[in-house]
Amino acid sequence: MKTDELIRLMAEDAPVRVRFGRQAFMALVAGTLAALALLLLSVGIRPNLGQALETARVLFKVAETLLFAILAARLVFLVGRPGASLKAAATMLLLPLVLLGAAIAAELFALPPDAWRRYLMGSHPVFCVVFVPLLALLPLAAFLIALKQAAPDDPGMAGAVAGLAASGIASAVYAWHCQDDSPLFLATWYGVATVVVTATGYMAGRRLLRW
Amino acid sequence: MAMEGDAQAYQHFLVAVTPHLRVLARRRCAEFGASASEAEDVVQEVLLAVHLKRGTWDTARPIGPWLAAIVRNRLIDSLRRRGRRTNVPIEDVAATLAADEQTDEGDERLSAETLLARLKEPQRDIVRSISLEGAGVRETAQRLKMSEGAVRVTLHRALKTLAAFYRSDNHENR
Repeated sequence: MKTDELIRLMAEDAPVRVRFGRQAFMALVAGTLAALALLLLSVGIRPNLGQALETARVLFKVAETLLFAILAARLVFLVGRPGASLKAAATMLLLPLVLLGAAIAAELFALPPDAWRRYLMGSHPVFCVVFVPLLALLPLAAFLIALKQAAPDDPGMAGAVAGLAASGIASAVYAWHCQDDSPLFLATWYGVATVVVTATGYMAGRRLLRW
Repeated sequence: MAMEGDAQAYQHFLVAVTPHLRVLARRRCAEFGASASEAEDVVQEVLLAVHLKRGTWDTARPIGPWLAAIVRNRLIDSLRRRGRRTNVPIEDVAATLAADEQTDEGDERLSAETLLARLKEPQRDIVRSISLEGAGVRETAQRLKMSEGAVRVTLHRALKTLAAFYRSDNHENR
């Protein structure tokens, strides 16, 4: 086949079938709804949520995880596009990180040192580390499917970003159930879950997102 | 324009961009000791990637950096598969895309001919009809007694298949 014949073929196939922005958006909506449904159908929302939200720790936990989820999900929309720079959007992730640091400092200041360990361990650390990645599975799969249609410059990086966004969504959803409200708990156990899911995404991306 | 599915505008775009891709591919192939005929394969492979991945171009942004990144990605991958380690600086790609050098048309593609033969029916018939005989989708549909929609879907699948052939094993039998 000559190159101009190939071009003729492609011109006859001109209509664009998949637009990545739309696909990523649909993955975001579907993944979030799936994680939410899984939470509601399994462990549910904590019973005393209304009251709990009035305490500073709970308010911070819910806001912090939501902010992280939104900022991480933004990255997915960029990482599938060749030549798009992630730098500005990735730098924004420092904001929840700095907020978390400040909250930890405030917590350490407010608590006597012999209580630190108790607040860090909370009541259900193992359940958190297992359940957050579980909630992240469906959003991760949705993002990977969307990115599979795309053209990421670096497949591993794209998978890691999908994992980061998925763990952000899972954390924001799980926060409505979780009764361990200390920033020390949040940073440690949600942190472990985020690292696990992001690493999983990285490995999945390297295998699945080559094009 | 071309992104709205205007076949003519899209063809103009592809025809306009191909000579730049060719210059780039030939230079790279020469550098890594590959023949000029291989360069034309690389051109076709890059064109297929541009075609199949054009949904990732954000139409609010300039197309240059997007195109440069696609070309760079495919070029590296394609040359690496041909057994040559390489690395193409993105500035180089962007500069060449910006320059408007022209060269002559490519010659008959032997390997692409075998690729075509490896397509299954009805993909092969449709590809033949449109590429070699220059028929449109409607004419092809009438000739093969298929619906236009079916021809369009099959054509799209055929292009995906061709891209997959390029990515897999078609260069081992040289």
